Parts: sequence; structure tokens; C-alpha cells
Amino acid sequence: MEESSGENVKLVKRTKEEKKLLRKQIKASHTLLKHEGINTVSLPTKSLVVANGGLGNGVSREQLQDVLRESGCVESLLMPPCKPYAFVTYGSVEDAQRAHTSLNGRQLHCQGQGVTLYLSFVEKVGCESEVSTQLPPGLKVLEEFVSPEEEARLLDSIDWASPNDVVTAQKALKHRRVKHYGYEFRYDNNNVDKDKPLPGGLPQVCDAVLERCLWENHIEVRPDQLTINQYEPGQGIPPHVDTHSAFEDTILSLSLGAKTVMDFRHPDGRSVAVVLPARSLLVMKGESRYLWTHGITPRKFDMVPACDSATPQMVTSDPGDLTLSKRATRTSFTFRKVRRSPCQCAYPSACDSQRAPTTPGAPALPRDDGDASRLETRYVHQVYEQIASHFSSTRHSPWPRVGDFLRSLPPGAVLADVGCGNGKYLGVNPDLWAVGCDRSCSLVQICADRGFQAFVSDALRVPLRDGVCDACISIAVIHHFSTQERRLAAVNELIRLLKPGGRALIYVWAMEQEYNKQRSKYLKEKDPKSDDRDGPSPEPMTDNTLGHGQGDAGNDDACLAQGQPKLTVHTNRTAFTSQDLLVPWHRKGGASKVSDTSDESKLPESDPVFHRYYHVFCEGELEDLCRKVKNITIQTSYHDQGNWCVIVEKTL
Amino acid sequence: MKLLTHNMLTSHVKGVTKGYPLLIKATEVKVSEVEFNPQFVIRMIPKLEWPSLVQAAAGLGYLNDLPSDLVPDYENNEEFLRKVHRVLLEVEVLEGCLQCPESGREFPISRGIPNMLLNEDEV
Repeated sequence: MEESSGENVKLVKRTKEEKKLLRKQIKASHTLLKHEGINTVSLPTKSLVVANGGLGNGVSREQLQDVLRESGCVESLLMPPCKPYAFVTYGSVEDAQRAHTSLNGRQLHCQGQGVTLYLSFVEKVGCESEVSTQLPPGLKVLEEFVSPEEEARLLDSIDWASPNDVVTAQKALKHRRVKHYGYEFRYDNNNVDKDKPLPGGLPQVCDAVLERCLWENHIEVRPDQLTINQYEPGQGIPPHVDTHSAFEDTILSLSLGAKTVMDFRHPDGRSVAVVLPARSLLVMKGESRYLWTHGITPRKFDMVPACDSATPQMVTSDPGDLTLSKRATRTSFTFRKVRRSPCQCAYPSACDSQRAPTTPGAPALPRDDGDASRLETRYVHQVYEQIASHFSSTRHSPWPRVGDFLRSLPPGAVLADVGCGNGKYLGVNPDLWAVGCDRSCSLVQICADRGFQAFVSDALRVPLRDGVCDACISIAVIHHFSTQERRLAAVNELIRLLKPGGRALIYVWAMEQEYNKQRSKYLKEKDPKSDDRDGPSPEPMTDNTLGHGQGDAGNDDACLAQGQPKLTVHTNRTAFTSQDLLVPWHRKGGASKVSDTSDESKLPESDPVFHRYYHVFCEGELEDLCRKVKNITIQTSYHDQGNWCVIVEKTL
Repeated sequence: MKLLTHNMLTSHVKGVTKGYPLLIKATEVKVSEVEFNPQFVIRMIPKLEWPSLVQAAAGLGYLNDLPSDLVPDYENNEEFLRKVHRVLLEVEVLEGCLQCPESGREFPISRGIPNMLLNEDEV
């Protein structure tokens, strides 16, 4: 052992360069041992590990093969997916030794950057090819479904130059170009307006393809919606399931211009990468359409099988058969049939039809105090309890003018914050004695954890002595009461707490989100990423329909006023269309993902939506309410970033 | 719940005319040091229901010879102010309940938080 290795490694006299190379090679072999568990040996063998010569380094099989063949006959080359190394086995130890000597330190240029190869002997090649998985059930890839001439004709038919035309509802998305025919696919609600077909229907150039699909029984009915996506190298589409309620079962997608790799994922974590060659037709049906997500990872190179195999369309992790494929512009024609009745698939966990209420779940305006109390329990109290921690995380900065009011109070003043939420105002002025109360135990717990004095109570019955407070604040609270009587009762209760001369500051959300030609921050903050707002704009995110998440799906709506007008669901960050409404709350910024990056829907369970009841105040309404309260005077009233605000003083 | 907060709390159970002061039934009390600020204590004293404070402190065993009547000229009596400071701000009830003196209704205190919510039939 000693002698034979001496011949190979211990060269008589090394140049400086050689020493440096050897150091790097040793370092590389240590790295392989440490991170990959690959044992290198000094005794020459037929096999070598090629550090930095992996698919993960951007080295393609062809490129590496060319270099390795300089030293002799390559018996096998294993390139494990995404790894920064490869294994080569030569026909003889001599060839391997030659490679070890001549290729160590060899520079390769790939994808615009250089990599340096370091080779070390190994006793065995350290990766086993995994058992190849199967295609998702219901999925087919039909290669060469259209001829190159047909491909060219289809591609030529697309006129990207005339944007925003009414026939195609063309949209420039952040990550790709898209055109719709037949019906516009709406990225805001991941559905189509089934009553608003686009004029012209599907382009005639598609007829032949669709006829063939029908003739060959890939589909039973002719699609009436076409979405054309164009992806440049580096672009992709996030994983999604096409909205069940929007489209019928089978979805066809024709790949034109270039191949790509589409990733399919089962909710249990299984994933399959499928190669979609140019001119192939992807048919998604059943489980693959309803349950598996599909998406295209944005990148410039794909790992693909190097040569023909039994399942050429599937990328297995067989390291003996992987290489890189450079992406080029790919255009997909996705044909779908708009669904006219609710989806009844066998996958309710992923089905929006089977989750959403069959009757509209929105409650009605309350008729009496009992209705009102039940409405508030379900659409205010329970919601805050459910969203408390996320809500709190978006409420960290006091609104400036509330802070001004608190700082104007004398040292030692007793302050009650009725509806204190996470307590963000309780510590603004440390010279006060501040107590807070809220309906939500979870929010009060956050206050207590911050070291504030807080208790759980209703704003209509605050458990404090009459006249004990020098000041009270009610910030974004009274708009949650659903009748005029209850809103008045809430103001009366606030005033009861004040001693004569004491002052109360009240903020409510305004119907007028644009005032003195100034749009409120609420309207301006269209970007859902700026969810943690710092100004007086109480609401988050964007949204659409009532339905999932909260469980506000018409189950015990029987107890909520029948025969009364239904409350409307507000579209976040738009002007209000009525004074009494439900405002959606998205837990954990999910809506931002839908907005423009993803075709179709995400899995519905990912981001629950909650709805809170609001009565937004018209100009003058808050002052009118205060005028009904005895023994107070209105000191000042103002509009502050979409809120109506008053400061009142108790006179006796 | 500190005793200064307790001094302000009352019960609003339906039909109750005198829901004050609430009787403290504590199972866990914590005493922690709070920086003494005589000006703050002086400003708080006139806002207090003094007999209720004494009753609450005595009930918890933290009376520390606090007089049952407010001493005159307390502004200049640092020893007295320190005693008041202690019961107002340093003694905290973590677990137990508050009982309405008239109806007997008990409001739970958990992790230092009184839950004063009333049931539908109590309002």
C-alpha cells in the first residue's frame, strides 16, 4: 500500500502550483467527506469523484464527458441531481490515474462562470439510483402531437404586439406574457366570469388540434377557454391546481417552441418532474388535474434525461442519465372547458366547490339587539380571537395623532383604552396610569405579556367605577357595533367612565376614504406586501369572496336575521360601497401570491379568510352620535387617514 | 392584576346596585419590585377608594400596617408613600377570582388577567 501510493501521490519535487493544487484537492475531498459522506482513497482505483463537476455546478453531461474522455475510456458517468460532483468510472486503473494526473485543476466554462475540477479516487461510486416514480395518475404527455409546421403556424398566429385588446384580454404579468381567449381568466379571484365571454371565442388556428383531441378521445367536450402563456428562460409559474369550480376535468396544454420541465406535487409530498418537449401535448385528468399541483420553476437550465429511456418524459433521479438542458422561449396553449355546475370531484380537500357554501353565507343586517349581538359575536369577537396573533403583528405603530392626544394628558392621569387590542397605546405615555380592556382574551394576553394592566370585557359594560378616568380612548372599536343603539351605548359607556372635565378620543373607520382630494393610506397601500401598516388604516390585504376559512359558511345563519338585506363583502383597498359590510382578513399574506404571479388557484386550505363586520361612518355621523350623549361637548372633530375622529369633554 | 387596577374595577351584573369593591380570592400572588415614584403615588391617592385598598391588601396578607384611614399630609410622608406604593404597584394577583359583593358572581383571574365578561342573561 505504502509503496504503490508513493508512486502516485508523493511526487519527488512539487512546484508551487502543484502544491497549491494538491492542497485544494485535499480540501475538496474533505468537503465531500464532511457534507456528502464520500470517502476518497489514495490508492488508485478505476473510479474517481469529480468535485465541482456536478449538475449542481452547471456542468452538463456532454461537457464533462468530453473532458473525461481525454484520459481514456469512460465506462460510466454518474451525475446525481443537483450535486456539486460527479462520479466517473474508467475501463482501467491506468486511465483513471491518467485522469487524476492530467485533469486535476482543469477549468471548465459553463453558464458564464468557471469551475475548477478536483479529482480523487474512490473505492465505490457513492450514489444509488433511486427507484423511478410513476407519473401522477391521469397524466399523459403525447410527444410530437403537432408537426413542426403546425407549431410554426400556431406560434405565428399570436400577435403579442397589440396589447390589451378586447378579444384576448392580454396581460403582462410579472413573470410571463399571457393572453386569454373565450373567457378571461381573472388572477384576482382565480376564476372566470362565466357570464362574460370574450368576443370571438377560440382562434380558428386551433381547430385542427382540438378536432384531433376529440377524435383521439383525450377530451369529450370541446374546450371554450384558451390561455396562451409565453415563458422566457428564467421565467416560470408557481405551483397551483387549476380552480375546480372554474373548469371541467380535463385540461390540455400544448408546448411549443421549446421544452421545459413541469413539476407535479402531491399533497403528501411526492413530486415528479415531467419533461414537456416542444410540440408535445400534456393531458391532465382526474387526480393529476384535481389533486396534484403543477408549476414551472423559474430557471435557465433544467435537469433532463440525457438519452432516450423507457419514460422519456419523466425526470428520474437516475444519476447515470441526467444532463442539463438550456431553456429557450416556450409558448404554451392551455385549453380548458369552463364549468357550469359545481365541481363534484373525489378530492374535496382541494375542491373549492365542495368547501364553499352552496348558498351565500353572508349574514343579514340585524333587526334587533339579539341579532346584533349574535352578528358581532360571530363576525367580530370570534374573528379577532382567531386572527389575534397575526392581527397583533400588523399593529405595532401607534397612529401619530392618537399619540399626540395621549402625550397631551397630565402626569398621573388615569387612562382607559376600551378595545385596546394588543395594547399598543398603553405604553405611549409612561406618566399615565393606563388600563386596557378588550373582548379578545388572546389580545388581552398579549397586553399582559407586555406588562400592561388589562382585562377582558365588553365595551358596552366596562367594569370600571363611574368617573374614575381622566381620559378614555376608543380607537377603531365603535364601528364594530351593528346598530345605531349599540354604537350610542358604546359612547355612553365611555363617557360614564370619565370624571367631569375628562376627555375621550374616538376613532371610527370612515365611509369617505378620499377626503379633501387626499386618498387615505388604506386606498393607497395597494401593495399587499406592506401589510404591517404604520398609519391609521385599519385593514389588510386584498380579497374577493366569502367562503373558506372562517367557517362562516351558512351553517348557523338561521339565527341571523332572516328576510333582512344581506351584508356585502368588501373588496379590500377599494372605496366602500355600503356602510354596513364584511371586511375580509387574510391570515399570513397569502393573497399577495395570488395576485399576479399564479395562474389559477392555490390549494384552498393554504390561506384562510376571515370576515369582520364593520359599520363605516359617514361625514358628521360620529358627531351626531356624540350629540345624543348628555353632558359632553365636542372639542374637535377631524378626518385622519380614512377615519372620523372626535375629542369630547365631559362637562359634569 | 395590580391592586391599583383592582381599586377601579367593579361588577356590572344585571340588577346589581353595588358591585364594588370586588372581593379578591387569590390562589397565586406575586410581589415584584417596581421603581418608587413618590410623585406618582401622591397623584394616585386622591383617585383611590381608600377603604377598598386597605381591605384588598389585608385580604391578601399584604397590609403591612397600612392605616385604615388616609394619613393627613401624606405628600411629605415618604414611609407612608412607600407602603402605598408597595400595595398599589408591587403586589399582583396572578390566579384566583374576583367576586361581586352583591350577586356573588365570580370573575376568574388567570395569568394575571381578570375576565369580566358577562353572560347574555347577566346584562
